[in-house]
Amino acid sequence: MKSLEELKAIREKMQGQIGVRSESDTQTRVIVGMATCGIASGARPVLTALSDAVQTKNLSNVSVTQTGCIGLCQYEPIVEVMEPGKDKVTYIKMTPEKAMEVVEQHLLRGQVVTEYTINSAIK
Amino acid sequence: MMTEISLNILDVAENSTRAEATLVEITVEANTETDTLSITVKDDGKGMTKEQVAAVEDPFFTTRTTRKVGLGVSFFKQAALLTGGSFSIESAPGAGTCTSAVFILSHIDRMPLGDITSTIHTLITFHTQTDFIYTYSYNNKSFTLDTREMKEILGNIPFDVPEVSNYIKDYLAENKSETDGGISY
Repeated sequence: MKSLEELKAIREKMQGQIGVRSESDTQTRVIVGMATCGIASGARPVLTALSDAVQTKNLSNVSVTQTGCIGLCQYEPIVEVMEPGKDKVTYIKMTPEKAMEVVEQHLLRGQVVTEYTINSAIK
Repeated sequence: MMTEISLNILDVAENSTRAEATLVEITVEANTETDTLSITVKDDGKGMTKEQVAAVEDPFFTTRTTRKVGLGVSFFKQAALLTGGSFSIESAPGAGTCTSAVFILSHIDRMPLGDITSTIHTLITFHTQTDFIYTYSYNNKSFTLDTREMKEILGNIPFDVPEVSNYIKDYLAENKSETDGGISY
């Protein structure tokens, strides 16, 4: 059985490294809908993929959070990207693979992946 | 309809966090002798009135305003009853809510437990203000994860930093496979 001893080692290693995280105006927020509708259509792996990618790519200006039902259940899983000073971008019918493209194109390069947005779906 | 029991657990536990629970206890108990898989999600959130408890299993009842249906609890109940199991909710205002479902393990209509490790990991790392006690048992073996113990060790280091998040994922996965011998069911 894995024990809590390892956690103590992690604490020793990280003590002092943790600064106050910047929840400031420069923070980009990525929000995943996690109500029944989202969960049933596959939001959990999308959320995991996004938070893993943001961690491994060290995107300290991006925070991944979850929310309840956005009210567009037929388009779930939904991922919203809110960059300071820009319009909100709503990605629909997401998968972990599509989410990776959003990380690469949108979060890293600033290019909205238009084909996955709700605007391109209802046009 | 959910595709895994673990997704029902995630959904119902999300209700607990939205009910402002500070402590959520999740128990997953598989027993091949009694042929049951018992799930309990117990919280100390704001609870529900008698009328709400009576209505919550009805798919056309919801407290939200974004849509007119509330399927989470209905899905969970239906999935359990479909296997010949049982389902109950106990709740009172201010006293929290306890949701229990029993599935018959060998029933052909029982959906797989699924990725329970991912469900618990998601709950813990995305609700860092809420404490969780998760107990998983398979026949006579079991393990428990109590986030209060982890917080005591970690002090001001949050659960969502990569090192801690990965540790929690490994803790859940390794201990699960030592408890049930690594089978999926």
